[in-house]
Amino acid sequence: MATRSPQPGATSGPPTAWRRLPVHATRVVLALFFAFPVVFMLVSSFKPDQQIFGDLAGPRAFLPVGDLSLTNYTAVFDRVPALRFLLNSLAVSAITVVLGIVVNSLAAFALSRMRWRGRKFLLTVIIATLIVPFETFALPLVWWVNELPWLEVNGFGLTLTEGWLDTYRVQILPFVAWGFSIFLFHQYFQSIPKELDEAALIDGAGWFGIYRRIVMPLSGPAIATVAILTFLPAWNSYLWPLMVVQQEELRPVMVGIQYFFQLNPSWGEIMAYSSMITVPVLALFLAFQRSFINSIASSGVKG
Amino acid sequence: MTAAVPLRVRLRRAHSITQADARRREGIAAVAMAAPAVLLLLVFVVIPIGLAFVLAFTSARLVSPTPARFVGLRNFAMLAEDPVFLRSVLNTFVFAALVVPVQAGVALGLALLINARFRGTNFFRTVYFIPVVTSMVVVSIVWTLLYQKDGLLNRIIEAVTFGQVEGPDWLNDPSTSLAAIVFMSVWQGAGFHMIIWLAGLQTIPADLYEAASIDGVSRWTRFRYVTWPGLRATRTFVLITITIAAFSLFTQVNVMTQGGPLDSTTTLVYQAVRSGYQQQQTAYASAISLVFFVLVLIVSLAQRYLTREKD
Repeated sequence: MATRSPQPGATSGPPTAWRRLPVHATRVVLALFFAFPVVFMLVSSFKPDQQIFGDLAGPRAFLPVGDLSLTNYTAVFDRVPALRFLLNSLAVSAITVVLGIVVNSLAAFALSRMRWRGRKFLLTVIIATLIVPFETFALPLVWWVNELPWLEVNGFGLTLTEGWLDTYRVQILPFVAWGFSIFLFHQYFQSIPKELDEAALIDGAGWFGIYRRIVMPLSGPAIATVAILTFLPAWNSYLWPLMVVQQEELRPVMVGIQYFFQLNPSWGEIMAYSSMITVPVLALFLAFQRSFINSIASSGVKG
Repeated sequence: MTAAVPLRVRLRRAHSITQADARRREGIAAVAMAAPAVLLLLVFVVIPIGLAFVLAFTSARLVSPTPARFVGLRNFAMLAEDPVFLRSVLNTFVFAALVVPVQAGVALGLALLINARFRGTNFFRTVYFIPVVTSMVVVSIVWTLLYQKDGLLNRIIEAVTFGQVEGPDWLNDPSTSLAAIVFMSVWQGAGFHMIIWLAGLQTIPADLYEAASIDGVSRWTRFRYVTWPGLRATRTFVLITITIAAFSLFTQVNVMTQGGPLDSTTTLVYQAVRSGYQQQQTAYASAISLVFFVLVLIVSLAQRYLTREKD
């Protein structure tokens, strides 16, 4: 099979630029294909409903032309407590990210840099939990969080309450510990020389000091990766809050979308709300592209 | 008496005591540091998985005045005769069977298109990746509008065929609804796996390509004998992750079709949510979850076996 089998036109001498034209054209067409729904959403969010449908016939659907205004956006705030939803999602995702970084890196530190019985076994079990998608135990988990107790602080001290439904904690705590974050931190910590720990121990540092002062400051890329991979699903979470949060004031952005389909839905408003909850993430992505791409790429390393 | 022990021995003994002490302290510190994560995983992953196995054999309801009792295989017997559940199993399989090869293939195509060094690599990679950072809820909503009978997609079809072909009412026609969801899901997910494929492509040694170009082999031969074998590990990962994600199909269905029309888009997870949450039948939903769990396990084991290292 090592015989020469030239591409048509490959040897007949057209300049390379011409030969590459079909490939490049494919790239451009695909870029249009992957971008058009998002462009359409953003552009339509500034148009009145009638014009959205009127513009469908031609390229105007993708162009910010015609009767543009912020009417849809103001209408969104009249219809739903959009600001509240945004703040809820922001708080829930931020807390999940911060706790996730701390809890998972601590565990990974213990698993990768300290010697104790059972750590190999524990790491295996933690990685094994990754095969099981959340959806397989989401329903038993709803039942379970409804039974869980919680200590509540009130005027007279502590009282024991039952049930986690309709709280912030039920949106946060189940997603803090994650086998994949532990795995990523573990891999990264392995690459930091252990001699640093030994030197610090001789200098009288404790293990927590080593974690906080030596290992974590060296782990910027791993922290960024875990932050991104925790933030995206937290911001986008839908199935879980749909089931465990009924109270309007506690709802996150994705669940808020349901309000727009209840009575006389307006596509302009729906596109405005969709844009509002998409643009922050899109902006983060465009600002930290390299980190985003690298964190996704690193999620393939275990294969 | 201690004075009789030579200094050398005493020092060694003291050293071994402090060493044992340090070892013990290391163990305690390690357990303390791992404890929060272990506890959370136990409460929110391990116990719920265990509960799926237990609750599936009971009469548990989400909110119930009477305590759950053991009912044996009753839930599974009901599942076997539930036509909507059986339809959901079929739909889930069809969805996975379509999405897995198409998404993996499209993603590989994208990766190969932008793997070459050229001006604008970064731009194209970014654009192909945009759907991935857009939430599935938003994607589903935008595509619901695109898929309407008089929506953008049908207008494009009309324009391209000069009005010869009239597009269907994609989401309201049982013969096209699932396909429409497949198409949109591939659009959303391909960019993610493109990045994984790209990472895999970059692990293939450049001298293999150099050798191939010295031999003057065709592009296809190069792909077949250099690229494809070099992507073996990546392939397993891509296939397993897409399959599991495909089996977990829920959001698109919940936003776009609610399982309809005529149950043509209902899925395992959608049925589990409907019975476990809307109808509060935790036990029945646990039985569905258990079926789902077993399927996921079988598929990942099978794919691992089929794509294992053959040497």
